[in-house]
Amino acid sequence: MLQRQASSEMLELTYREAVRQAIRDALTRDQRVFLMGEDVGRYGGCYAVSKGLLAEFGPERIRDTPLSESGFTGAGIGAAMAGMRPIVELMTVNFSLLALDQILNNAATIRHMSGNQFGVPLVIRLATGAGRQVAAQHSHSLEGWYAHIPGIKVLAPATIEDARGMLWTALEDPDPVLIFENVMLYNMTGKLAADAGPVAIDKAAVRRTGRDITLITYGGSLWKTLDAAAALAADSIEAEVIDLRTLRPLDDQTIIASVAKTRRAIIVDEGWRSGSLAAEICTRIVEQAFWELDAPLGRVCSEEVPIPYARHLEEAAMPQPSKIVAAAKAALGRT
Amino acid sequence: MSSSAIDKPRLSRAHALELLRQMIRIRRFEEKCYELYTQEKIRGFLHLYDGEEAVAVGVIPVLEKRDRVVATYREHGQALVRGVPMTTAIAEMYGKQEGCSRGRGGSMHLFDRATNFYGGNAIVGGGLPLAVGLALADHMRGDDIVTACFFGDGAVAEGEFHESLNLAALWSLPVLFVCENNLYAMGTALALEESETDLHLKAQSYRMTSEAVDGMDVVAVEAAARRAVRAVRETRKPYFLECRTYRFRAHSMFDAQLYRDKAEVEAWRKKEPIVRFRGWLEVNHMIHAEEAARIEVEISAEIDAAVAFAEAGIWEPVEDLTRFVHAEKSG
Repeated sequence: MLQRQASSEMLELTYREAVRQAIRDALTRDQRVFLMGEDVGRYGGCYAVSKGLLAEFGPERIRDTPLSESGFTGAGIGAAMAGMRPIVELMTVNFSLLALDQILNNAATIRHMSGNQFGVPLVIRLATGAGRQVAAQHSHSLEGWYAHIPGIKVLAPATIEDARGMLWTALEDPDPVLIFENVMLYNMTGKLAADAGPVAIDKAAVRRTGRDITLITYGGSLWKTLDAAAALAADSIEAEVIDLRTLRPLDDQTIIASVAKTRRAIIVDEGWRSGSLAAEICTRIVEQAFWELDAPLGRVCSEEVPIPYARHLEEAAMPQPSKIVAAAKAALGRT
Repeated sequence: MSSSAIDKPRLSRAHALELLRQMIRIRRFEEKCYELYTQEKIRGFLHLYDGEEAVAVGVIPVLEKRDRVVATYREHGQALVRGVPMTTAIAEMYGKQEGCSRGRGGSMHLFDRATNFYGGNAIVGGGLPLAVGLALADHMRGDDIVTACFFGDGAVAEGEFHESLNLAALWSLPVLFVCENNLYAMGTALALEESETDLHLKAQSYRMTSEAVDGMDVVAVEAAARRAVRAVRETRKPYFLECRTYRFRAHSMFDAQLYRDKAEVEAWRKKEPIVRFRGWLEVNHMIHAEEAARIEVEISAEIDAAVAFAEAGIWEPVEDLTRFVHAEKSG
């Protein structure tokens, strides 16, 4: 992983500002890059990510689109095939369903189907996740669905550093990359080097080391999982926390190495349990590290229900630190 | 429909013969494809263009080499006229490594970078947003390139059609939309799928210049295409050309054609584009019998050579199955 030198100046900024700076860097660095999506210009972005960029780069490169998700996603694919480096903002993963045909049937498929004659160097950014009391149609976590598809890469930046650095690497990729930004992270603040640069997008990161159990997660659930690990530490349970960072392709090596050490694992995934990314990770652990395990694998996923509006119901539907602690203790035979 | 004397192509004898030759070349090629399909040399879906040849032959030669073409799953005609070699096209249908998509696309997904042929797209309407994006790139770079996007009447009912026409008009993008209206979306007649069957009018609601032309008349199609391509090049705005045509064969090889009368098919046969144009050339003494015979002989030889090329081709090694899902790292 590319790391910044400790000598550069550190800035305090939000996740939102880190994404904005990443977009600004890209637009400045490469004339082929442009941002396109609903309300990215005059409105400043649904989550204010692109606020100010229209004035800086103009309406050709900060391109407001009609509510035509399939149309402008397909336009991004075509522009990428013709040599541009578009960043398509799909506002939220919920609306990406209207563009699924273009993402799956064109973006993910064309290089293979054309016998390597045409590639689609496109980046799609989408907000994802629940927790804002916006009910079922605005609270999906479908990144696991997208991670099912060969031909695309799926990223889930959970930290300020990744929010800033993943876009750079994604734009250098000759194939389509989807970046899922959890809505609960936009206001999160942290410190980052003023000249922070690209980060690797093919490796998971160990965010906390421990010897007793491995907690595997990504995106918005990382911080809940780290809270759970802190609570477990108070009970003398040392949990290792893995941030997947990239959901496709999965970094099996980091996962298996950790499980081989701790011999127990819980997967925390904001997607629904059935057919989830968590299920895929469980399977890989069983396939590759079955004889290392001392306990059944566990999962903390969203409940199998459309995410409800009322706060207490929404919270009950999602992974929470208390559920992660309970699952970890169960795996360790502790109560 | 508008036309003026100035738009009428001066139809030299050589040019007329070339139009005829291109249409016959598509027809004979597809007759061979049909035969190869019955021999199980070609598998999967096979959608033939029989009856619609005047559209591809009328439109595509009007484009420049630098222009771009987006087509549908019924794209053999477009590919051949655009210059995709018959050899690699038929090898693709065989599924051979020498195929223009290395055997990964088949009949519905002929791609060819050398001729800016952005493929047969097999999701109805799926190619339109792509064409908009290709043109968006050219617009942003200020390149003098036209993107021609072919699609059928079935695509007109798709949301992607409307999204794409709106985007192209709103952003003033150089796209030539070519609607091949063959009156059936697979087996559903136009009147059963559209509240407004005069399809080119739909483009006007996006403030796009549009016209409808007799798609069975290659000279009329070419004249309209010249107007259209010139307009796109000069104005850098999209243009909508509806070609009214007819498909004589089944939708695909699995279609019993329960949805239309034989009488209707026979009525359209009177307008069959090759017989009609050849007859017109004969009446006007623009073709000699030996020239027509020579065209057939030359095309037959080209087809034989293409089939031999495909037969001699090799199968992609199974070890290479997952190549090209992502770009391969160079160096």
